[in-house]
Amino acid sequence: MNYFPDEVIEHIFDFVTKQRDRNAVSLVCKSWCRIERFSRERVVIGNCYAISAERVIARFPGLKSLTLKGKPHFADFNLVPQGWGGSVDPWIEALAESRVGLEELRLKRMVVSDECLDLLSRSFLNFKSLVLVSCEGFTTDGLAAIAANCRFLRELDLQENEIDDHRGHWLSCFPDSCTSLVSLNFACLKGEINLAALVRLVARSPNLKVLRVNRAVPPDTLQKVLMQAPQLVDLGTGSYVLDPDSESYSKLKATILKCKSIKSLSGFLEVAPRSLPAFYPICLTLTSLNLSYAPGVHGSDLIKLIRQCGRLQRLWILDCIGDKGLAVVASTCKELQELRVFPSDPFGVGHAAVTEEGLVAISAGCPKLHSLLYFCQQMTNAALITVAKNCPNFIRFRLCILDPTKPDPVTMQPLDEGFGAIVQACKKLRRLSMSGLLTDQVFLYIGMYAEQLEMLSIAFAGDSDKGMLYVLNGCKKMRKLEIRDSPFGDGALLKDVGKYETMRSLWMSSCEVTLGGCKTLAMNMPGLNVEIINENDQMEFIIDDEQKVEKMYVYRTLVGPREDKPEFVWTL
Amino acid sequence: MAFQAEDLNLEATELRLGLPGTKESEQQKTNNKRALPVEPESNASSAPKPTPSKAQVVGWPPVRSYRKNCFQAKKTEGESGGMFVKVSMDGAPYLRKMDLKVYKGYPELLKALEDMFKFKVGEYCEKELGYNNRSEFVPTYEDKDGDWMLLGDVPWEMFFTSCKRLRIMKGSEAKGLGCAV
Repeated sequence: MNYFPDEVIEHIFDFVTKQRDRNAVSLVCKSWCRIERFSRERVVIGNCYAISAERVIARFPGLKSLTLKGKPHFADFNLVPQGWGGSVDPWIEALAESRVGLEELRLKRMVVSDECLDLLSRSFLNFKSLVLVSCEGFTTDGLAAIAANCRFLRELDLQENEIDDHRGHWLSCFPDSCTSLVSLNFACLKGEINLAALVRLVARSPNLKVLRVNRAVPPDTLQKVLMQAPQLVDLGTGSYVLDPDSESYSKLKATILKCKSIKSLSGFLEVAPRSLPAFYPICLTLTSLNLSYAPGVHGSDLIKLIRQCGRLQRLWILDCIGDKGLAVVASTCKELQELRVFPSDPFGVGHAAVTEEGLVAISAGCPKLHSLLYFCQQMTNAALITVAKNCPNFIRFRLCILDPTKPDPVTMQPLDEGFGAIVQACKKLRRLSMSGLLTDQVFLYIGMYAEQLEMLSIAFAGDSDKGMLYVLNGCKKMRKLEIRDSPFGDGALLKDVGKYETMRSLWMSSCEVTLGGCKTLAMNMPGLNVEIINENDQMEFIIDDEQKVEKMYVYRTLVGPREDKPEFVWTL
Repeated sequence: MAFQAEDLNLEATELRLGLPGTKESEQQKTNNKRALPVEPESNASSAPKPTPSKAQVVGWPPVRSYRKNCFQAKKTEGESGGMFVKVSMDGAPYLRKMDLKVYKGYPELLKALEDMFKFKVGEYCEKELGYNNRSEFVPTYEDKDGDWMLLGDVPWEMFFTSCKRLRIMKGSEAKGLGCAV
């Protein structure tokens, strides 16, 4: 089979970077599998319970970069109780014992302990990059260990983690000899930090490109930091409360003029809007703007800022921008590719919120839009049909109507036709989240048209098992299906049990699935873990197969039931 | 909608197909959906908490806990403590206390002061460096540094974080503030 020596083939494989392609390559023949696995450096494990650390290490001894994801997506919304699992400790322990020269670790929705951060920092001499997204279980002590021991650290990126802040000294733990930092993001930390230490750290990091600070960093420290790092590409401000008539403001304004490379701006966790004009010079070249944590920026100040940003490709904003504000975005940001509109008041009756009007305006003005997350008061079929026509390039389309079963307010019809138009027009659609009043019909459309769909989130939708079956039968590329509060039961669950081995996972909560149905699934598919989350402590629950299951999480795995389950999780 | 129809007894005079005595179901579609846990009609074992307008469903809207906590924190900072400051008016026999968190900006605060002490403060005019002098009252506040400042000069957020107490100045003292340095 091989006409070339191994080294040549290996060199060719260097150009094959995507994991899926490398997986395909490794299936060709045994020698390609061997060559591929020894040269593979990056591995992404979408579900940490699908495989064990030992087997990953055995197969890919040259591993340098590992990405792990733990809890199911709905854990983000409090649907998974504390203590469910997703600990990274066994992975770090296994890696530390092995000969793997780990350089990069990226974790999402995992539980991380200070002990394992400490172990991580001491076990891998060449460790360069730690990215933690939506993780929990650690404190600033763990960060101190990383800072102190990782001599060649390039990246420490903390995104939206719940970190216990023991106040401040972790930043001082970066030794004077550490000059390799390229990216530092600690915006999610809640406590004070040593401001002088931050300035000194930035001063000795000539390669620093990304810096996102937290609320505790005031404007005059920001100014000092920017003086030291005019080469920054990505800036997240902390607290930005400044008097526009003050000298501090003039100084900051002048310093910002020197930062000609900033492409991404975020933060403004606290803000005095009249001081925003200092950032206008940056806005002209900005490609990414995240004001979704800045409720203080609204009204005319927000509009003035947006009008400066003609080259924006990504915008994350709060819904207090309103439909009129979105119209300004539509007329200004012609290059827009990704838009996220978050609710500023998730539980309130929205006084300032967005409706279908804003979305239609965006779709008309921004033809390059391919990713959307939109929290709104209401949506109409007509609007969705228009959006589908204007933007056929959607890859991700997530719509969340704050009242989850709201019909089209104009026609009082379900939103089946609107979402149907989206899936029919957007042939590249990979991710879809829906809300509003929806019947089985929308699932018929999805099964028929959404050929590339990989992830689907359903809530309060559908009428019968038929809905779920349309999706399972039609969407050949489905990987993650998550359903809550919808009337799908055992009939749909058990129709084609083999399907779930072609998917990463299935989540169903508050549906019509029974314990008996789950047991049947588990019995027929040994390659799946069928986990039930039962938060009541009643033992009677075990006996009654007719009982509806509150939460079920099914995933394919090569290593059988997991051993770290808490009491309230049962594997059938 | 159904209740109004019954009041007017429109059904008696309604022309429609169908046997007399039959009543169309209210809903246009048979709804096999599980009721939302917080709908009052459902007899779900979990008793819904009484909510005035919007029902709160667990995990809805689907916003990450981290984000929710950020905004809740901003809210509860207000709800838990309030930002009470002493308010004095020259010549009044006793002081009052006000919660600054309740107000969104200067106009509301000034109105509340006027109501509380029964006076008129006049209009704040940036260009004229203070309040128009037709009123003999001038609202001031003591900031973090202990200085007495004219109310309204700085952005609201800045005032809010630096204000320690309020004082309505009157008479000759007030005139000094009408013309600024």
